Amino acid sequence: MLYKSQAVAKPYFIAAIGLFVGQILFGLIMGYQYVVGDFLFPAIPFNVARMVHTNLLIVWTLFAFMGAGYYLIPEEAETELFSPKLAIIMFWIFLVAGALTIVGYLAVPYATLAQMTGNDILATMGREFLEQPLPTKVGIVIVALAFLFNISLTVLKGRKTSISLVLLLGLWGLAIFFLFSFYNPSNLVLDKYFWWWTVHLWVEGVWELILGAMLAFVLIKITGVDREVIEKWLYVIIAMTLITGIIGTGHHYFWIGAPEYWQWFGSVFSALEPIPFFMMTVFAFNMVNRRRREHPNKAATLWALGTGVMSFLGAGVWGFMHTLAPVNFYTHGTQITAAHGHMAFFGAYAMVNLTMISYAMPMLRGRSANSRSAQTLEMWSFWLMTVSMVFITLFLTAAGILQIWLQRMGSNPMSFMDTQDQVMLFYWLREIAGLVFFVGLVLYIWSFFCKKGEAHFAA
Amino acid sequence: MSETFTKAMARNIFYGGAVFFFLLFIALTFDTVQSLPKRDHRENITDSVVRGKHIWETRDCVGCHTILGEGAYFAPELGNVYKRRGGEFIKAWIKSQPTGAPGRRQMPQFNLTDQQLDDLVSFLKWTSEINTSNWPPNIEG
Repeated sequence: MLYKSQAVAKPYFIAAIGLFVGQILFGLIMGYQYVVGDFLFPAIPFNVARMVHTNLLIVWTLFAFMGAGYYLIPEEAETELFSPKLAIIMFWIFLVAGALTIVGYLAVPYATLAQMTGNDILATMGREFLEQPLPTKVGIVIVALAFLFNISLTVLKGRKTSISLVLLLGLWGLAIFFLFSFYNPSNLVLDKYFWWWTVHLWVEGVWELILGAMLAFVLIKITGVDREVIEKWLYVIIAMTLITGIIGTGHHYFWIGAPEYWQWFGSVFSALEPIPFFMMTVFAFNMVNRRRREHPNKAATLWALGTGVMSFLGAGVWGFMHTLAPVNFYTHGTQITAAHGHMAFFGAYAMVNLTMISYAMPMLRGRSANSRSAQTLEMWSFWLMTVSMVFITLFLTAAGILQIWLQRMGSNPMSFMDTQDQVMLFYWLREIAGLVFFVGLVLYIWSFFCKKGEAHFAA
Repeated sequence: MSETFTKAMARNIFYGGAVFFFLLFIALTFDTVQSLPKRDHRENITDSVVRGKHIWETRDCVGCHTILGEGAYFAPELGNVYKRRGGEFIKAWIKSQPTGAPGRRQMPQFNLTDQQLDDLVSFLKWTSEINTSNWPPNIEG
């Protein structure tokens, strides 16, 4: 840690990991509800569990992004953070708001929560991933703006590198496109059209800028490769991201009532979306192969390489699999989507967060890398989580193919629920893979408390 | 990457590409919004449909069901449920939940009034009439 104020990143990373654990626990509940339908009913109905699962994912990712910003920006700008105090205040506001939101989901019926929180003044709730009550949404905007203000001023008073610039662009984009979550017209088609301006332009747009900047930063630190080379790669990757990804939004506009030319625009451009992810993989391996130093943090290197590979597989390959309109006609809204969603989100965003945390946390704890034993544990957790996520994806893909075959093809299609009974085996297997993932997560947490062996202290 | 291809060139491709394709996206969006009325039949969005969408949202229906293929995959597609089941069945179904069948997926009881049930059905009826380019592939959704 080069600058004292980078320390504010630590609580953000800890909160991120805590919420990650919550996300996985609720994922296990839902996975079990898929096979034993009335599990925990009516205490936690499936839709509530899902809201908690997906919202925790979003919130822990935001915590990790902000932690990454607070850690990376002072180091890149070569100056102390503009206001560490503001960063800590915002941490507590965000944590309390997030916790209250989750408690709200679990403690009162959703309709009551909507009434209590002013949804009748401005109705924004009840749309996938944007279920948060109005005060939470406003809170997200306030916290994001305070964060952006803080890091933007830090960059303005210090060195301006391409990495901080790209990170700032991504984070500003995140805040701006979130504003579409406040637009909820009563026309469902328009609602859906602009809902994607938040959801797609986040995960297949500006978030990839944040991902790229975080990965580039860690790669510079652990490989010692020349900044010029790494930043050139970064620009090429994010150029391809936006060139393909913006019009690629069209792959969501095939069947929601939008004009049919979107089938062409969406298919062609989103078919190119794997390119930046493939480049990310090549980039990560290339930089590690050309490394000019042996950084003692092997675990962080593993996470960085893993991010490249898994984001390419999850977002790139599994995305391509169902992105062409004639294919998507059959796969849209099935377990294929769930399969893609799981590996893409884990491979791209969960893993880049864990990469950043893996690199920065030891620094924040006053060492350059954890002891060998702690790193071994962390690498075990990497493999357990990654491999079980591959299996979760494969099982859901199998379930999805079978579902499409039985429910949507052939002359005698089955009903939705009859089809679900037919694919039950794969849901069981998915749940088992989920339990292995959880074991990996426990090992991950444990690695932070491993006392065995000597930590590395050299700079 | 080769030495002749510089960081400045990469940066220019990024800014140029991002701006160009975002402007193209805005232009396509403008055209889409212009042509939507022919496909979404918005002249049929009555007050009841508007209230129905509000019921749909405040009960978080999308947390289990899909609508036009978007949502959760735990329960049936409802974009075409009006055509599959009809309004009376939908109302009776919602009123009779949960089934309580052991081990089966359960839908909560939302205690909707008759007016609210009618509104929800209006919303689902209007939704089933959106021109979705013939999606879903068959009536099962």
